[in-house]
Amino acid sequence: MALDNITIQKKLQATFGEAVVDFHEQHGMLVFEVSHEKAHDIIQFLKEDEEMGFNFLTDVCGVNYAEEVESRQLAVVYHLHNWFENVRVRIKTYLSIKNPVVDTVSDLYKSANWQERETYDFYGITFKGHPQLKRILNVDTMESFPLRKEHPMEDAGRTDKDDRFFGRTVHNC
Amino acid sequence: MSDLLLPPEERYAKLIEEKFKQDGTELQILNLGPTHPATHGIFQNIILLDGEKVIDGEGTIGYIHRAFEKIAENRPFYQINVLTDRLNYCSSPINNTAWWMTVEKALGIEIPKRVQYMRVIIMELARIADHIICSSVMGVDTGALTGFLYVFQYREKIYEIYEEICGARLTTNMGRIGGFEREWSPKAWQLIEEFLSEFPAIWAEFESLLTRNRIFMDRTIGIGGISAEEAINYGFTGPNLRAAGVDYDVRVATPYCSYEDFDFEIPVGTSGDCYDRFCVRNAEVWESLKIIRQAIDKLPEGPYHADVPDYYLPPKEDVYTNMEALIYHFKIIMGEVPVPVTELYHPVEAANGELGFFLITDGSRTPYRLHFRRPCFIIYQAYNSIVKDGMLSDAIITLSSLNIIAGELDA
Repeated sequence: MALDNITIQKKLQATFGEAVVDFHEQHGMLVFEVSHEKAHDIIQFLKEDEEMGFNFLTDVCGVNYAEEVESRQLAVVYHLHNWFENVRVRIKTYLSIKNPVVDTVSDLYKSANWQERETYDFYGITFKGHPQLKRILNVDTMESFPLRKEHPMEDAGRTDKDDRFFGRTVHNC
Repeated sequence: MSDLLLPPEERYAKLIEEKFKQDGTELQILNLGPTHPATHGIFQNIILLDGEKVIDGEGTIGYIHRAFEKIAENRPFYQINVLTDRLNYCSSPINNTAWWMTVEKALGIEIPKRVQYMRVIIMELARIADHIICSSVMGVDTGALTGFLYVFQYREKIYEIYEEICGARLTTNMGRIGGFEREWSPKAWQLIEEFLSEFPAIWAEFESLLTRNRIFMDRTIGIGGISAEEAINYGFTGPNLRAAGVDYDVRVATPYCSYEDFDFEIPVGTSGDCYDRFCVRNAEVWESLKIIRQAIDKLPEGPYHADVPDYYLPPKEDVYTNMEALIYHFKIIMGEVPVPVTELYHPVEAANGELGFFLITDGSRTPYRLHFRRPCFIIYQAYNSIVKDGMLSDAIITLSSLNIIAGELDA
């Protein structure tokens, strides 16, 4: 039986109940939100359950939703891929900006190792249980987390370039 | 605190001391890179050696990190194309096209069949150019410079095709939302035809120089191998994964840009070592040539861009004479184009594996978040476990056989 989005949704809801919410499809891909306490277990289930079989972790990245309430300002986005059925899912878990901690999945997929380090490097999200959580692309002595929205792209003292004309958003135009 | 968090030289200093006390062996640390003639890019690896044997290693990356994801959050969509050029700079047109396809998917633009075929042609040419570099550089690293000089002339010819199509050679900035910026000239088609007629003989000769060459085989067979399970676990995609025997290719798994119209094979290896990677890439070049031939033969009639005045710049003559065209021109240049609120992940098969763009838009003219899934970044983390317990000279050839491109590694 081909694995479809409805099957995945039903099985996840039956197994994890309230920890998986907000199922919807975007451009044909199933997207859902998981609670950060359960993120590791759910990804493990998706990987190890025979019917689910998400054997490949495509991508891990962070997002900073600066307009959200404090407990949902950071997010970790996982893209999983089942190569046998060719199904992809996107999993989001929201974290508080004050204390962003989520369990690592590098024990399940080794490819998560550097991707989580990158996410830590740019968003300051701590991956609990990660074997080597240190900065990867930026210098070790860096103090801020540069992809957070609060971090200006360029030195605020610069007068030769006005970023408003390039970075205009719906909120300031 | 875990030992792994220490800088590698401190960690290794301890190991050296322990080993010396244990049996008197003197291990040594070698700092390979950040720039080193044998590494073809900015790679620093701090390696712990026992004689010539690699005991352990740790890579430091980020020397050419340019914060593309941050810049992308502050630039309108058309200005992000030049950032994608600089990811895998050996095959920029693939990155460019991947970016346009991501934007077009977000905006819901239908692309004419002819444009899709032209994109396939240019992407496959870029794949050939990328594989030429990787395969011939593997020859250089085993001491055979001849093949490298011989086929590099044909990489040059591909660059001449780029130049004819978009005016640039390395960082191509090719295409626009909806198609190409101009019609391909008869000269461009002629150059492609010339390439297709001349290159096969050259490539066959290059292969005969190395593929069954005793020295080359001894240097690469059984070196830098990785099993299929490990490769999948480490997130390998592209030729490096297929060399391990897994036939995953985005062009077939989730076809984009009309790849389903073409008949081609996915070459796979068995042992995932340097030799298999070399053979898989060489076979892929032949498949790419097949695809380009089919695309030229089947090329439908039609325009060279989609009819999307909201996103595609009007002809310059019209801008000077026609009010509507002037308004569109101004709005597009200022980035004031209608953008839906959406998020999507779009993968393509780049020369090194699955290149993905994860785009979140919020209706403004810049992406809210743009993340690049760079195949090299994910593949390179396996490097130290692959070269462990091998010889130092094998570590060098493993690096070039993985075809890690520093631009894609650091983004």
